[in-house]
Amino acid sequence: MADKKFEPLIVGILCNWCSYAGADLAGTSRFKYPENIKIIRVMCSGRVDPLFVIKAFKEGADGVLVSGCHPGDCHYIDGNIKAMRRETLLSKLLEDLGIEKERFKLTWVSASEGEKFVEIVEEMTNTLRELGPLNLEGGEKIV
Amino acid sequence: MSKLKLAVYWTAACGGCDVAILDINERILQVDEAAEIVFWPLAADPKYDDVKNMPDDAIDVCLLHGAIRNSENEEMARVLRQKSKVMIAFGSCSAFGGIPGLANFFDKKEIFERVYRESESTAGKAGVYPSPAVIVPEGELTIPEFYDTVLTLDQVVEVDYYVPGCPPAVDTIWTALEAIITGELPLRGTVIAGVKTLCDECSRKKEEKKITEIKRPMEVEIDPERCLLEQGIVCCGPATRGGCGARCTSANMPCRGCYGPTDHSIDQGAKLVSAIASIIDSKDPEEIKKITHLLSDPAGTFYRFSLPGSMLRRKRKEDVS
Ligand code: SF4
Ligand code: SF4
Ligand code: SF4
Ligand code: FES
Repeated sequence: MADKKFEPLIVGILCNWCSYAGADLAGTSRFKYPENIKIIRVMCSGRVDPLFVIKAFKEGADGVLVSGCHPGDCHYIDGNIKAMRRETLLSKLLEDLGIEKERFKLTWVSASEGEKFVEIVEEMTNTLRELGPLNLEGGEKIV
Repeated sequence: MSKLKLAVYWTAACGGCDVAILDINERILQVDEAAEIVFWPLAADPKYDDVKNMPDDAIDVCLLHGAIRNSENEEMARVLRQKSKVMIAFGSCSAFGGIPGLANFFDKKEIFERVYRESESTAGKAGVYPSPAVIVPEGELTIPEFYDTVLTLDQVVEVDYYVPGCPPAVDTIWTALEAIITGELPLRGTVIAGVKTLCDECSRKKEEKKITEIKRPMEVEIDPERCLLEQGIVCCGPATRGGCGARCTSANMPCRGCYGPTDHSIDQGAKLVSAIASIIDSKDPEEIKKITHLLSDPAGTFYRFSLPGSMLRRKRKEDVS
Protein backbone atom coordinates (compact mmCIF):
# COMPACT_ATOMS: atom_id res chain seq x y z
CA MET A 1 0.00 0.00 0.00
CA ALA A 2 1.40 3.35 -0.94
CA ASP A 3 1.47 5.76 1.93
CA LYS A 4 1.48 9.44 0.94
CA LYS A 5 3.73 10.43 3.79
CA PHE A 6 6.08 7.50 3.46
CA GLU A 7 9.64 8.52 2.62
CA PRO A 8 11.82 5.58 1.61
CA LEU A 9 15.31 5.13 2.95
CA ILE A 10 17.80 4.19 0.24
CA VAL A 11 21.28 2.98 1.00
CA GLY A 12 23.60 3.92 -1.86
CA ILE A 13 26.85 1.99 -2.11
CA LEU A 14 29.02 3.86 -4.61
CA CYS A 15 32.45 3.20 -6.02
CA ASN A 16 35.04 5.79 -5.19
CA TRP A 17 36.30 6.46 -8.70
CA CYS A 18 33.15 6.97 -10.72
CA SER A 19 29.79 6.98 -9.01
CA TYR A 20 30.90 8.61 -5.78
CA ALA A 21 32.63 11.29 -7.85
CA GLY A 22 29.43 11.57 -9.90
CA ALA A 23 27.38 12.08 -6.76
CA ASP A 24 29.92 14.58 -5.55
CA LEU A 25 29.63 16.47 -8.81
CA ALA A 26 25.88 16.54 -8.41
CA GLY A 27 26.48 18.12 -5.00
CA THR A 28 29.05 20.69 -6.07
CA SER A 29 26.92 21.59 -9.11
CA ARG A 30 24.11 22.22 -6.61
CA PHE A 31 21.72 19.83 -8.32
CA LYS A 32 18.88 19.02 -5.99
CA TYR A 33 18.31 15.37 -5.28
CA PRO A 34 16.13 13.58 -2.74
CA GLU A 35 17.69 13.30 0.66
CA ASN A 36 16.33 9.77 0.87
CA ILE A 37 19.67 8.31 -0.12
CA LYS A 38 22.40 7.65 2.44
CA ILE A 39 25.70 7.15 0.68
CA ILE A 40 28.45 4.70 1.55
CA ARG A 41 31.70 4.91 -0.39
CA VAL A 42 33.57 1.76 -1.38
CA MET A 43 36.65 1.46 -3.53
CA CYS A 44 34.92 -0.49 -6.28
CA SER A 45 31.48 -1.91 -7.01
CA GLY A 46 33.22 -5.29 -7.13
CA ARG A 47 33.84 -4.90 -3.41
CA VAL A 48 30.13 -4.97 -2.63
CA ASP A 49 29.53 -8.28 -0.94
CA PRO A 50 25.91 -9.46 -1.32
CA LEU A 51 25.93 -9.54 2.47
CA PHE A 52 26.20 -5.71 2.53
CA VAL A 53 22.99 -5.49 0.52
CA ILE A 54 21.11 -8.06 2.60
CA LYS A 55 22.31 -6.40 5.78
CA ALA A 56 21.17 -2.98 4.60
CA PHE A 57 17.66 -4.38 4.11
CA LYS A 58 17.77 -6.07 7.48
CA GLU A 59 18.78 -2.82 9.17
CA GLY A 60 15.89 -0.91 7.69
CA ALA A 61 16.69 0.18 4.13
CA ASP A 62 13.68 0.26 1.79
CA GLY A 63 15.98 0.14 -1.21
CA VAL A 64 19.65 -0.41 -2.00
CA LEU A 65 21.45 1.22 -4.91
CA VAL A 66 24.84 -0.08 -5.94
CA SER A 67 26.63 2.04 -8.50
CA GLY A 68 29.97 1.73 -10.22
CA CYS A 69 31.96 2.78 -13.28
CA HIS A 70 30.63 1.95 -16.74
CA PRO A 71 31.73 -1.46 -18.06
CA GLY A 72 35.27 -1.04 -19.36
CA ASP A 73 36.00 1.86 -16.99
CA CYS A 74 36.49 0.06 -13.70
CA HIS A 75 39.76 1.06 -12.07
CA TYR A 76 40.33 -2.53 -11.06
CA ILE A 77 39.58 -3.79 -14.58
CA ASP A 78 36.51 -5.95 -13.99
CA GLY A 79 35.12 -5.23 -10.53
CA ASN A 80 31.93 -3.90 -12.08
CA ILE A 81 31.55 -7.03 -14.20
CA LYS A 82 31.73 -9.05 -10.98
CA ALA A 83 29.08 -6.77 -9.52
CA MET A 84 26.92 -7.35 -12.58
CA ARG A 85 27.17 -11.13 -12.28
CA ARG A 86 26.19 -10.98 -8.63
CA GLU A 87 23.32 -8.61 -9.24
CA THR A 88 21.24 -11.02 -11.31
CA LEU A 89 21.56 -13.85 -8.83
CA LEU A 90 21.14 -11.63 -5.79
CA SER A 91 18.03 -10.03 -7.29
CA LYS A 92 16.52 -13.44 -7.73
CA LEU A 93 17.45 -14.52 -4.22
CA LEU A 94 15.93 -11.36 -2.78
CA GLU A 95 12.74 -11.85 -4.77
CA ASP A 96 12.42 -15.37 -3.36
CA LEU A 97 12.66 -13.74 0.05
CA GLY A 98 9.87 -11.32 -0.77
CA ILE A 99 12.02 -8.28 -1.54
CA GLU A 100 10.84 -6.88 -4.87
CA LYS A 101 13.41 -6.33 -7.60
CA GLU A 102 12.66 -2.60 -7.69
CA ARG A 103 14.28 -2.35 -4.27
CA PHE A 104 17.72 -3.39 -5.44
CA LYS A 105 19.39 -1.62 -8.32
CA LEU A 106 22.79 -1.70 -9.96
CA THR A 107 23.72 1.25 -12.15
CA TRP A 108 26.72 2.75 -13.90
CA VAL A 109 27.45 6.41 -13.25
CA SER A 110 30.71 8.06 -14.30
CA ALA A 111 32.45 10.94 -12.56
CA SER A 112 30.97 13.37 -15.07
CA GLU A 113 27.39 12.13 -14.83
CA GLY A 114 26.15 14.13 -11.87
CA GLU A 115 22.86 14.72 -13.60
CA LYS A 116 22.34 11.06 -14.37
CA PHE A 117 22.97 10.24 -10.72
CA VAL A 118 20.27 12.69 -9.68
CA GLU A 119 17.83 11.12 -12.14
CA ILE A 120 18.54 7.62 -10.87
CA VAL A 121 18.02 8.62 -7.25
CA GLU A 122 14.83 10.52 -8.07
CA GLU A 123 13.42 7.65 -10.04
CA MET A 124 14.24 5.08 -7.40
CA THR A 125 12.80 7.29 -4.66
CA ASN A 126 9.55 7.66 -6.58
CA THR A 127 9.31 3.96 -7.30
CA LEU A 128 9.84 3.14 -3.65
CA ARG A 129 7.32 5.74 -2.52
CA GLU A 130 4.78 3.85 -4.59
CA LEU A 131 5.94 0.46 -3.42
CA GLY A 132 5.80 1.42 0.24
CA PRO A 133 7.99 0.50 3.18
CA LEU A 134 9.79 -2.81 3.33
CA ASN A 135 8.86 -3.51 6.95
CA LEU A 136 10.96 -6.56 7.51
CA GLU A 137 9.95 -8.37 10.61
CA GLY A 138 12.58 -11.03 10.52
CA GLY A 139 12.19 -13.79 13.01
CA GLU A 140 9.38 -12.29 15.02
CA LYS A 141 6.88 -14.84 15.92
CA ILE A 142 3.25 -13.94 15.58
CA VAL A 143 0.97 -16.51 17.08
CA MET B 1 33.18 -40.05 40.51
CA SER B 2 29.51 -39.53 39.95
CA LYS B 3 28.28 -40.02 36.44
CA LEU B 4 27.56 -37.14 34.11
CA LYS B 5 23.88 -36.51 33.70
CA LEU B 6 22.85 -36.26 30.05
CA ALA B 7 19.55 -35.34 28.45
CA VAL B 8 18.58 -35.74 24.80
CA TYR B 9 15.45 -34.08 23.51
CA TRP B 10 13.79 -33.33 20.20
CA THR B 11 11.62 -30.43 19.15
CA ALA B 12 10.72 -29.83 15.47
CA ALA B 13 12.91 -32.63 14.20
CA CYS B 14 12.78 -35.78 12.12
CA GLY B 15 14.38 -38.16 14.62
CA GLY B 16 17.43 -38.65 12.42
CA CYS B 17 19.60 -36.96 15.01
CA ASP B 18 18.54 -39.49 17.65
CA VAL B 19 19.46 -42.29 15.31
CA ALA B 20 22.76 -40.59 14.52
CA ILE B 21 23.67 -40.66 18.21
CA LEU B 22 23.04 -44.40 18.22
CA ASP B 23 25.22 -44.66 15.11
CA ILE B 24 28.34 -44.19 17.21
CA ASN B 25 27.87 -47.92 17.77
CA GLU B 26 30.09 -49.52 20.39
CA ARG B 27 31.34 -46.16 21.53
CA ILE B 28 27.94 -45.73 23.13
CA LEU B 29 29.32 -48.04 25.85
CA GLN B 30 31.94 -45.46 26.65
CA VAL B 31 29.19 -42.91 26.93
CA ASP B 32 27.26 -45.26 29.16
CA GLU B 33 30.28 -45.72 31.40
CA ALA B 34 30.75 -42.03 31.90
CA ALA B 35 27.23 -40.77 31.77
CA GLU B 36 23.74 -41.49 32.88
CA ILE B 37 20.98 -40.53 30.52
CA VAL B 38 18.33 -38.90 32.64
CA PHE B 39 15.93 -37.90 29.87
CA TRP B 40 15.65 -39.20 26.30
CA PRO B 41 12.14 -39.62 24.91
CA LEU B 42 13.35 -41.79 22.03
CA ALA B 43 15.11 -44.33 24.22
CA ALA B 44 13.04 -44.30 27.40
CA ASP B 45 9.54 -43.24 28.26
CA PRO B 46 9.92 -40.23 30.46
CA LYS B 47 7.22 -37.69 31.21
CA TYR B 48 7.58 -33.93 30.95
CA ASP B 49 7.00 -33.68 34.68
CA ASP B 50 10.08 -35.80 35.28
CA VAL B 51 12.12 -32.92 33.90
CA LYS B 52 9.99 -30.15 35.31
CA ASN B 53 10.42 -31.59 38.80
CA MET B 54 14.20 -31.70 38.61
CA PRO B 55 16.11 -29.01 40.48
CA ASP B 56 17.77 -26.34 38.30
CA ASP B 57 21.10 -27.39 36.78
CA ALA B 58 20.36 -31.04 37.58
CA ILE B 59 21.36 -32.01 34.03
CA ASP B 60 25.00 -31.56 33.10
CA VAL B 61 24.58 -31.51 29.35
CA CYS B 62 21.46 -31.36 27.20
CA LEU B 63 21.64 -32.26 23.52
CA LEU B 64 18.63 -30.64 21.96
CA HIS B 65 17.88 -31.31 18.34
CA GLY B 66 15.08 -29.75 16.37
CA ALA B 67 13.90 -26.27 15.52
CA ILE B 68 11.36 -24.29 17.50
CA ARG B 69 8.06 -23.94 15.71
CA ASN B 70 5.34 -24.25 18.31
CA SER B 71 4.66 -23.34 21.91
CA GLU B 72 5.45 -26.83 23.17
CA ASN B 73 8.88 -26.76 21.52
CA GLU B 74 9.55 -23.40 23.12
CA GLU B 75 8.31 -24.42 26.55
CA MET B 76 10.46 -27.56 26.61
CA ALA B 77 13.50 -25.65 25.38
CA ARG B 78 13.04 -23.20 28.26
CA VAL B 79 12.52 -25.94 30.84
CA LEU B 80 15.57 -27.88 29.65
CA ARG B 81 17.68 -24.74 29.58
CA GLN B 82 16.83 -24.09 33.19
CA LYS B 83 17.61 -27.65 34.22
CA SER B 84 20.86 -27.95 32.24
CA LYS B 85 24.31 -26.58 32.94
CA VAL B 86 25.30 -26.89 29.28
CA MET B 87 22.88 -26.61 26.37
CA ILE B 88 23.99 -27.93 22.99
CA ALA B 89 22.13 -27.16 19.79
CA PHE B 90 22.51 -30.52 18.11
CA GLY B 91 21.92 -30.91 14.39
CA SER B 92 21.08 -28.38 11.72
CA CYS B 93 17.44 -27.94 12.76
CA SER B 94 18.42 -26.78 16.19
CA ALA B 95 21.53 -24.86 15.16
CA PHE B 96 20.10 -22.91 12.20
CA GLY B 97 16.58 -24.09 11.50
CA GLY B 98 17.32 -26.99 9.19
CA ILE B 99 14.77 -28.51 6.87
CA PRO B 100 11.75 -27.46 8.99
CA GLY B 101 13.11 -23.93 8.61
CA LEU B 102 12.15 -23.98 4.93
CA ALA B 103 8.65 -23.28 6.25
CA ASN B 104 9.89 -19.69 6.65
CA PHE B 105 9.27 -19.25 2.93
CA PHE B 106 5.59 -19.37 3.93
CA ASP B 107 3.54 -18.37 6.94
CA LYS B 108 1.18 -20.15 9.28
CA LYS B 109 -1.89 -19.35 7.22
CA GLU B 110 -0.41 -20.55 3.94
CA ILE B 111 0.80 -23.76 5.55
CA PHE B 112 -2.59 -24.36 7.14
CA GLU B 113 -4.41 -23.81 3.84
CA ARG B 114 -2.11 -26.13 2.00
CA VAL B 115 -2.18 -28.92 4.54
CA TYR B 116 -5.79 -28.86 5.66
CA ARG B 117 -7.66 -27.53 2.66
CA GLU B 118 -5.75 -27.76 -0.61
CA SER B 119 -3.63 -30.85 -0.44
CA GLU B 120 -4.66 -33.63 -2.80
CA SER B 121 -4.71 -36.15 0.02
CA THR B 122 -6.93 -34.17 2.39
CA ALA B 123 -10.00 -36.29 3.01
CA GLY B 124 -11.32 -34.79 6.24
CA LYS B 125 -14.83 -33.54 6.66
CA ALA B 126 -15.08 -30.05 5.18
CA GLY B 127 -15.18 -27.40 7.85
CA VAL B 128 -13.53 -29.54 10.51
CA TYR B 129 -10.08 -28.16 11.25
CA PRO B 130 -7.76 -28.42 14.19
CA SER B 131 -7.88 -25.51 16.59
CA PRO B 132 -5.70 -24.77 19.59
CA ALA B 133 -8.52 -25.64 22.00
CA VAL B 134 -11.67 -27.72 21.72
CA ILE B 135 -14.39 -28.58 24.20
CA VAL B 136 -15.35 -32.23 24.40
CA PRO B 137 -17.71 -33.88 26.95
CA GLU B 138 -14.71 -34.74 29.12
CA GLY B 139 -13.46 -31.16 29.23
CA GLU B 140 -11.19 -28.89 27.20
CA LEU B 141 -8.46 -30.34 25.01
CA THR B 142 -5.60 -28.16 23.82
CA ILE B 143 -2.79 -28.53 21.33
CA PRO B 144 0.32 -26.34 21.12
CA GLU B 145 0.19 -23.04 19.23
CA PHE B 146 1.82 -23.24 15.81
CA TYR B 147 4.15 -20.32 15.10
CA ASP B 148 4.29 -18.21 11.98
CA THR B 149 8.06 -18.37 11.91
CA VAL B 150 10.38 -21.28 12.63
CA LEU B 151 13.09 -20.30 15.09
CA THR B 152 16.54 -21.64 15.88
CA LEU B 153 17.20 -22.83 19.41
CA ASP B 154 19.40 -19.84 20.17
CA GLN B 155 16.62 -17.46 19.18
CA VAL B 156 14.69 -18.84 22.17
CA VAL B 157 17.23 -19.78 24.84
CA GLU B 158 20.95 -19.34 25.39
CA VAL B 159 23.00 -21.99 23.66
CA ASP B 160 26.50 -22.99 24.81
CA TYR B 161 27.66 -25.11 21.86
CA TYR B 162 26.58 -26.07 18.38
CA VAL B 163 26.96 -29.45 16.69
CA PRO B 164 25.93 -28.97 13.05
CA GLY B 165 24.86 -31.49 10.44
CA CYS B 166 21.73 -33.13 9.12
CA PRO B 167 22.41 -35.29 10.95
CA PRO B 168 25.87 -34.60 12.36
CA ALA B 169 28.45 -37.09 11.08
CA VAL B 170 29.50 -39.79 13.51
CA ASP B 171 32.97 -38.26 13.89
CA THR B 172 31.48 -34.87 14.64
CA ILE B 173 29.20 -36.43 17.27
CA TRP B 174 32.07 -38.30 18.81
CA THR B 175 34.24 -35.18 19.01
CA ALA B 176 31.42 -33.50 20.88
CA LEU B 177 30.67 -36.43 23.17
CA GLU B 178 34.34 -36.94 23.97
CA ALA B 179 34.68 -33.30 24.87
CA ILE B 180 31.67 -33.62 27.14
CA ILE B 181 32.90 -36.82 28.80
CA THR B 182 36.41 -35.56 29.40
CA GLY B 183 35.15 -32.16 30.47
CA GLU B 184 37.41 -30.54 27.88
CA LEU B 185 34.82 -28.39 26.24
CA PRO B 186 36.03 -25.62 23.95
CA LEU B 187 35.27 -21.94 24.31
CA ARG B 188 31.60 -21.26 24.90
CA GLY B 189 29.74 -20.59 21.66
CA THR B 190 32.00 -22.84 19.59
CA VAL B 191 30.57 -24.73 16.66
CA ILE B 192 31.98 -28.21 17.19
CA ALA B 193 32.99 -29.07 13.60
CA GLY B 194 35.49 -27.75 11.08
CA VAL B 195 36.71 -24.17 11.00
CA LYS B 196 37.24 -23.84 7.25
CA THR B 197 34.84 -24.45 4.41
CA LEU B 198 33.95 -27.82 3.03
CA CYS B 199 35.94 -27.06 -0.16
CA ASP B 200 38.99 -27.15 2.04
CA GLU B 201 38.50 -30.80 2.93
CA CYS B 202 36.98 -31.90 -0.37
CA SER B 203 39.50 -33.89 -2.39
CA ARG B 204 38.09 -33.08 -5.81
CA LYS B 205 40.43 -31.47 -8.34
CA LYS B 206 39.99 -27.74 -8.55
CA GLU B 207 41.21 -26.22 -11.77
CA GLU B 208 39.88 -23.18 -13.49
CA LYS B 209 36.43 -22.32 -12.31
CA LYS B 210 34.42 -21.04 -15.25
CA ILE B 211 30.93 -22.07 -16.19
CA THR B 212 28.55 -21.26 -19.01
CA GLU B 213 25.74 -23.46 -17.77
CA ILE B 214 24.14 -24.53 -14.51
CA LYS B 215 23.03 -28.13 -14.49
CA ARG B 216 21.25 -30.40 -12.07
CA PRO B 217 23.07 -33.54 -10.91
CA MET B 218 20.68 -35.89 -12.72
CA GLU B 219 21.11 -34.10 -16.02
CA VAL B 220 24.77 -34.94 -16.47
CA GLU B 221 27.28 -37.68 -16.17
CA ILE B 222 29.27 -36.38 -13.21
CA ASP B 223 33.06 -36.54 -13.40
CA PRO B 224 33.99 -38.17 -10.06
CA GLU B 225 37.33 -36.36 -9.83
CA ARG B 226 36.64 -32.75 -10.70
CA CYS B 227 35.09 -30.05 -8.53
CA LEU B 228 31.34 -30.21 -9.01
CA LEU B 229 30.94 -26.46 -9.20
CA GLU B 230 33.38 -26.39 -12.11
CA GLN B 231 31.11 -28.90 -13.83
CA GLY B 232 28.22 -26.47 -13.52
CA ILE B 233 26.56 -28.30 -10.64
CA VAL B 234 25.56 -26.11 -7.72
CA CYS B 235 27.61 -27.22 -4.75
CA CYS B 236 27.29 -25.38 -1.44
CA GLY B 237 30.84 -26.28 -0.38
CA PRO B 238 32.25 -22.73 -0.63
CA ALA B 239 29.73 -21.42 1.92
CA THR B 240 29.50 -24.44 4.18
CA ARG B 241 31.46 -25.42 7.25
CA GLY B 242 33.65 -28.45 6.88
CA GLY B 243 33.79 -31.30 9.34
CA CYS B 244 31.56 -33.93 7.77
CA GLY B 245 34.44 -35.50 5.88
CA ALA B 246 32.92 -34.36 2.58
CA ARG B 247 30.28 -37.06 2.81
CA CYS B 248 28.29 -35.95 -0.21
CA THR B 249 30.98 -34.83 -2.62
CA SER B 250 32.87 -38.09 -2.10
CA ALA B 251 29.65 -39.92 -2.99
CA ASN B 252 29.50 -37.92 -6.24
CA MET B 253 26.76 -35.59 -5.04
CA PRO B 254 27.05 -31.86 -4.42
CA CYS B 255 27.13 -30.50 -0.90
CA ARG B 256 23.74 -29.17 0.06
CA GLY B 257 25.03 -27.12 2.93
CA CYS B 258 23.92 -29.04 6.01
CA TYR B 259 26.85 -27.98 8.21
CA GLY B 260 25.68 -24.40 7.89
CA PRO B 261 27.80 -21.29 7.38
CA THR B 262 31.33 -20.84 8.69
CA ASP B 263 32.23 -18.04 11.08
CA HIS B 264 33.30 -16.07 8.03
CA SER B 265 30.62 -16.90 5.51
CA ILE B 266 27.87 -15.86 8.02
CA ASP B 267 25.00 -16.08 5.54
CA GLN B 268 25.08 -19.03 3.16
CA GLY B 269 22.86 -17.29 0.61
CA ALA B 270 25.02 -14.19 0.34
CA LYS B 271 28.17 -16.26 0.18
CA LEU B 272 26.86 -18.57 -2.53
CA VAL B 273 25.68 -15.64 -4.64
CA SER B 274 29.30 -14.45 -4.67
CA ALA B 275 30.75 -17.90 -5.21
CA ILE B 276 28.54 -18.79 -8.13
CA ALA B 277 28.53 -15.35 -9.71
CA SER B 278 32.32 -15.30 -9.67
CA ILE B 279 32.60 -18.35 -11.93
CA ILE B 280 30.05 -17.37 -14.55
CA ASP B 281 32.09 -16.99 -17.69
CA SER B 282 30.50 -14.01 -19.37
CA LYS B 283 30.59 -10.24 -19.53
CA ASP B 284 27.35 -9.91 -21.38
CA PRO B 285 24.37 -8.95 -19.18
CA GLU B 286 21.90 -10.96 -21.25
CA GLU B 287 24.02 -14.07 -21.24
CA ILE B 288 24.65 -13.72 -17.50
CA LYS B 289 20.92 -13.53 -16.98
CA LYS B 290 20.39 -16.62 -19.10
CA ILE B 291 22.94 -18.66 -17.15
CA THR B 292 21.69 -17.41 -13.79
CA HIS B 293 18.10 -18.26 -14.59
CA LEU B 294 19.03 -21.90 -15.07
CA LEU B 295 19.15 -22.00 -11.29
CA SER B 296 15.48 -22.18 -10.52
CA ASP B 297 15.34 -21.75 -6.75
CA PRO B 298 18.42 -19.97 -5.44
CA ALA B 299 17.02 -19.08 -2.01
CA GLY B 300 15.70 -22.58 -1.36
CA THR B 301 18.95 -24.09 -2.59
CA PHE B 302 21.35 -21.82 -0.71
CA TYR B 303 19.37 -21.64 2.53
CA ARG B 304 18.19 -25.23 2.48
CA PHE B 305 19.36 -25.78 6.06
CA SER B 306 19.81 -22.30 7.41
CA LEU B 307 16.97 -19.94 6.58
CA PRO B 308 15.84 -19.22 10.19
CA GLY B 309 19.44 -18.64 11.23
CA SER B 310 20.27 -16.48 8.20
CA MET B 311 20.47 -12.73 8.08
CA LEU B 312 16.84 -12.23 7.05
CA ARG B 313 15.49 -15.32 8.84
CA ARG B 314 12.38 -15.71 6.69
CA LYS B 315 10.56 -14.58 3.59
CA ARG B 316 9.17 -11.14 4.10
CA LYS B 317 5.63 -11.20 5.38
CA GLU B 318 3.18 -9.72 2.91
CA ASP B 319 0.48 -8.70 5.32
CA VAL B 320 2.51 -6.26 7.39
CA SER B 321 2.01 -2.68 6.35
S1 SF4 C 1 19.14 -32.02 11.68
FE1 SF4 C 1 18.43 -33.41 10.05
S2 SF4 C 1 18.59 -35.42 11.00
FE2 SF4 C 1 18.62 -33.93 12.67
S3 SF4 C 1 16.48 -33.71 13.29
FE3 SF4 C 1 16.91 -32.13 11.79
S4 SF4 C 1 16.22 -33.00 9.85
FE4 SF4 C 1 16.48 -34.70 11.27
S1 SF4 D 1 32.65 -26.63 -4.69
FE1 SF4 D 1 31.97 -28.64 -3.96
S2 SF4 D 1 33.00 -30.08 -5.27
FE2 SF4 D 1 34.04 -28.14 -5.55
S3 SF4 D 1 35.75 -28.21 -4.08
FE3 SF4 D 1 34.03 -27.22 -3.04
S4 SF4 D 1 32.98 -28.87 -1.98
FE4 SF4 D 1 34.31 -29.84 -3.51
S1 SF4 E 1 28.83 -32.56 2.09
FE1 SF4 E 1 27.56 -30.82 2.68
S2 SF4 E 1 25.46 -31.58 2.69
FE2 SF4 E 1 26.82 -33.36 2.66
S3 SF4 E 1 27.08 -33.90 4.83
FE3 SF4 E 1 28.76 -32.55 4.32
S4 SF4 E 1 28.02 -30.48 4.86
FE4 SF4 E 1 26.25 -31.82 4.75
S1 FES F 1 36.35 1.23 -9.59
FE1 FES F 1 34.34 1.89 -10.10
S2 FES F 1 33.38 -0.03 -10.44
FE2 FES F 1 35.41 -0.70 -10.04
